[in-house]
Amino acid sequence: MSLKAFHLFFILVSIVFSAGMGIWAFKTGASDGLGWGSCVAAVLMLVYGVMFFNKSKSIIT
Amino acid sequence: MSNLITKYFPFFTDREVPHTVSARPDTGLYSAKLGIWLFLASEVMLFGGLFSAYIFLRIGSEPGYWPAGLLNVPVGTMNTAILIVSSITVVMAWAALKMRQLGKYRLYMLVTILCGLIFLTVKLSYEWPAKFNHFGVFIKKEAASKYEDFLGNKHLQEAGQNPRWEISGHLLDAPKGSHYAHQAEHNAEHFGHETGRHDAVTPAEDDYVIQLDAVNANPSDKDNDRPHFWPVPMSTKLAVISAADVESASVFAPRHSTYFATYFLITGLHGLHVLGGILVFLYLWLPFPGGTKLYKTNPEHLANRVEIAGLFWHFVDLVWIFVFPIFYLL
Repeated sequence: MSLKAFHLFFILVSIVFSAGMGIWAFKTGASDGLGWGSCVAAVLMLVYGVMFFNKSKSIIT
Repeated sequence: MSNLITKYFPFFTDREVPHTVSARPDTGLYSAKLGIWLFLASEVMLFGGLFSAYIFLRIGSEPGYWPAGLLNVPVGTMNTAILIVSSITVVMAWAALKMRQLGKYRLYMLVTILCGLIFLTVKLSYEWPAKFNHFGVFIKKEAASKYEDFLGNKHLQEAGQNPRWEISGHLLDAPKGSHYAHQAEHNAEHFGHETGRHDAVTPAEDDYVIQLDAVNANPSDKDNDRPHFWPVPMSTKLAVISAADVESASVFAPRHSTYFATYFLITGLHGLHVLGGILVFLYLWLPFPGGTKLYKTNPEHLANRVEIAGLFWHFVDLVWIFVFPIFYLL
């Protein structure tokens, strides 16, 4: 597995855990701000992951 | 003899090591990539074993003896974000080398190194020392009723939650001759003024005096039944605990509980991996023969080295992505 593929896997795992943290924050009532922040982070990482995948196709083999 | 050395230890000779850039025909990978994945497989077993131990110890612990909510979640969240950013910058550094942009490579690698250093600095200069300054006393079950005002077990029973056996906070006074007498004296100087009432209590020679955490100051407060993202400030309330009623007493160090033993072991081992990664990145970033000097003669070889180091770094970050929720949140 190349660094590119492992990076995409890492970003995928980070998205899952970020969303999980958001759910944890909402469900336990720890902090609504943290909940929304985690969900936004998950979305941003998803956007980054898609952008990285598209751009890296042309520059990293 | 020299033939044997040349055959089995080619790196001791002037002979060029094969397949540092091109793929081996039998594996389809250059040699270092096969090597790093074998190494990472052993690392998965190492950390997998530790995580499994953590899970079974936690499942098997007696109710009320597995602490929760003792770690600083905002700091842990910040450190997690720093490691995720460093994973992005190390990939950018690798991509820059692939595109033969040495300047960008240097910049992205520098940011990666700085992220790693910030992570370690926060861990070693803030998070760990804060634990060593905190004190917890586990009360004997038969004496728990005497300390109901600090434990709140009636409330916890009504709420259907596990009982609480620990009273924690800043140690202001320790039994005479105790291992923690010096720390108590130090804390009394630094935190004693916060309570204002420290002089008002007159502990016996074998008593602990603790400036209480919020959870012990108001144990029946429903707000303490849920986890908090932002740390709740310490109260000014004091508890006087007789040494005869104490099952065990310790600062938040490995000896405190199985929880902190596993916490320090896993985060310490992870920290060593972060340090190792930083050292490798520094070597690749500085003008060593195997570092940026290699760019002049064989840029693809340097790119492969960065890829290998990047794979290791991603693994280390992935471990943290699991460490953070199990220790800080759950």
